[in-house]
Amino acid sequence: MSARVKRRLWRVIAAIVLFVAAFVTFRAITLPQNLWYIELIVYACVYAVAAYDVLIKAFRGIFGGQVFDENLLMTIATVGAFCVREYPEAAAVMLFYQVGELFQSIAVGRSRKSISELMDIRPDTAVAIRDGERVTVSPYEVAVGEIIEVRAGERVALDGVVVKGSGSIDTAALTGESMPVSVCEGSPVLSGSINLSGVLEIEVQKEFSESTASKILDLVENAASKKAKAENFITAFAKIYTPVVVALAVLLAVVPSVITGNFGEWIHRALMFLVVSCPCALVISVPLAFFGGIGAASARGVLIKGGNYLELLGKLDAVVFDKTGTLTLGKFSVAGVYPESRRNEILSAAAIAESGSNHPIALSIVAAANDNGLNVNASDNGLNVIANDKELSVIANDNGLNVIASERSERGNPLHENITLTEIAGKGVEARADGKVILAGNAELMAERGIEFTECAQFGTLVYVAVNGEYLGVIVIADTVKEDAPQVIASLKRDGIRTVMLTGDNFQTASAVAEKVGIDEFSASLLPADKVEKLEEIIARKSAKSVVAFVGDGINDAPVLSRADVGIAMGALGSDSAIEAADVVLMHDGLGAISEAKTVAKKTMSIAAQNIAFALIVKVAVLVLSALGVTDMWLAIFADVGVTVLAVLNSVRIIAFGKKNKKGDFAKNFPKTQDKSAV
Amino acid sequence: MKKTYKTVDLDCANCAAKMEEAIKNINGVTFASVSFVASKIVLEAADEDFAEIEKKMIKVCRKIEPDCRIIL
Repeated sequence: MSARVKRRLWRVIAAIVLFVAAFVTFRAITLPQNLWYIELIVYACVYAVAAYDVLIKAFRGIFGGQVFDENLLMTIATVGAFCVREYPEAAAVMLFYQVGELFQSIAVGRSRKSISELMDIRPDTAVAIRDGERVTVSPYEVAVGEIIEVRAGERVALDGVVVKGSGSIDTAALTGESMPVSVCEGSPVLSGSINLSGVLEIEVQKEFSESTASKILDLVENAASKKAKAENFITAFAKIYTPVVVALAVLLAVVPSVITGNFGEWIHRALMFLVVSCPCALVISVPLAFFGGIGAASARGVLIKGGNYLELLGKLDAVVFDKTGTLTLGKFSVAGVYPESRRNEILSAAAIAESGSNHPIALSIVAAANDNGLNVNASDNGLNVIANDKELSVIANDNGLNVIASERSERGNPLHENITLTEIAGKGVEARADGKVILAGNAELMAERGIEFTECAQFGTLVYVAVNGEYLGVIVIADTVKEDAPQVIASLKRDGIRTVMLTGDNFQTASAVAEKVGIDEFSASLLPADKVEKLEEIIARKSAKSVVAFVGDGINDAPVLSRADVGIAMGALGSDSAIEAADVVLMHDGLGAISEAKTVAKKTMSIAAQNIAFALIVKVAVLVLSALGVTDMWLAIFADVGVTVLAVLNSVRIIAFGKKNKKGDFAKNFPKTQDKSAV
Repeated sequence: MKKTYKTVDLDCANCAAKMEEAIKNINGVTFASVSFVASKIVLEAADEDFAEIEKKMIKVCRKIEPDCRIIL
């Protein structure tokens, strides 16, 4: 609570005490008729204590040309009540108004604070090591190149590289990913991560204001300046609402009074209109819901750059995906080995043949051989192959060839003299080792060497393997589809959202991926410029109101990102160009965040709608009741400040939603499974 | 040029809306946004007029909500 709010609190308490004292006294004693002004004076004093700041502001408002100022309207309403001799009511209404305003201030202050807490991932201090001493300083004072120390449980203040120590860090605040990441000397560390164990010494690479945490915070905080349509609508509505209600109040005060001659009663009813005419509940409820929504999303690793984008996310009609790096990992891996029964044999032989190459296909075969922990007995007959810092010991035995893999830190051993690798350009490799001839390559190579083989119908890059002229089997290599992709596509489709995939790859690859993830439509063989054209086609075909989002990795699809209604960049942490071009930034690679963002958007929209509906219904109801004369000013005050406070509290629900998720609901909704589905 | 200001004691949502409107009406302002929830003002105007416009902005804001201070 700020000092200002505290002062207001004390003043309101004092006014309440005075009011109760006056009220009880005047109930207990009956004033003689000729002393009626004593009651007026006493209540005017109570009123003055409660209202002086409102009166001052109202006065300033008149000179500032603020005719429909809330303070002025309240002043007219309460002074009017004095005029129609409703003294206790006049004082009480002002008092009640002040109590409401105070609650509102506190509620807004609290929710502002909890939203900022949700978003603020920047520590206030950093420990710099200067001349061997640990100095606690403001992160702004730490220069690039300095060493900072981060102890277990502390947040990293500035981006840098670990120079001493090792441990694991929690990057959930940045990526929404709850699995800790291990770091050691040489590992880059982003500000905003929390050190979970050990002491890390980090060499600072970016100033505080340029560090990741600051950039994220800036982005989310400034999101409030890009207002959603609903926000602008309600502001525009408020501008009409107040003058209309005030005009109605004037009509109500004049017309029936002239007709019936009962001025006091009708003026009293009109004054209630003035109290209800304040649009605060409306104006406050929508932006607060949106701001909360943006905060909640950022707690899940989804940065939304404006209320307008949050609004659009809730109304998606079509989501267009880029393929490589978005739906797939963009990495080649072994998708299958056939026949399955000879998996080890085939992989071992192929690994030997491919061990001399750095081609992604070769690397994926060697990696698969390593993953399978291929056999085993180091023997004197073995031969050594060095590939990519990995030492493969290969043993010839009855079953063919076996490979054991072990990590080696230093290069050096020359290729065993018993192995000769011959690359057959565009077709494959031939390896001669210990009298065996291994062939690994495409169908053409097999045909050329007169080897009988079974053509494989699987999709992907096919590597046929033969030993000593005899066909052994085939390895299928393909890009890996992200594990959560089919789930996310299915959930989008359940909501009636059209899904489209755009890719530069050929038709076959595209159709295989599309089938695997369950996407509706796809376009293949597109150049980057074609993607924009294709997206424009999709946008042109839709109705004017529907919303098309594009999801890409932001690396070479910036133009497409900016062309879409909502451009979503994935795993864009650290890539400035993607953060610049996109409207929504998913901080890690999982697609699940898209569904999450959509849920937050929908929740936000529904809370905003509830707030608007609630405020309008209560206000209209109170206006009608006031006009009919069946209510009093107390209810009118509730329709003003009470509704505002309730709307604020309702908006706070979205913040709670974000917090709940911080504890890892996300991981529960989208379990990480180990079996990677490949095409 | 675009500049973001923090505000203190911006207590009334309707005032924020009015402030935004008033700032937008200052000659030379290309974009303005007053966010009640974030307690921030974003002002965008041509570089050469910026200092002048900033002064005008402070003036109109004080007129609408005297309690609210803009931190420069």
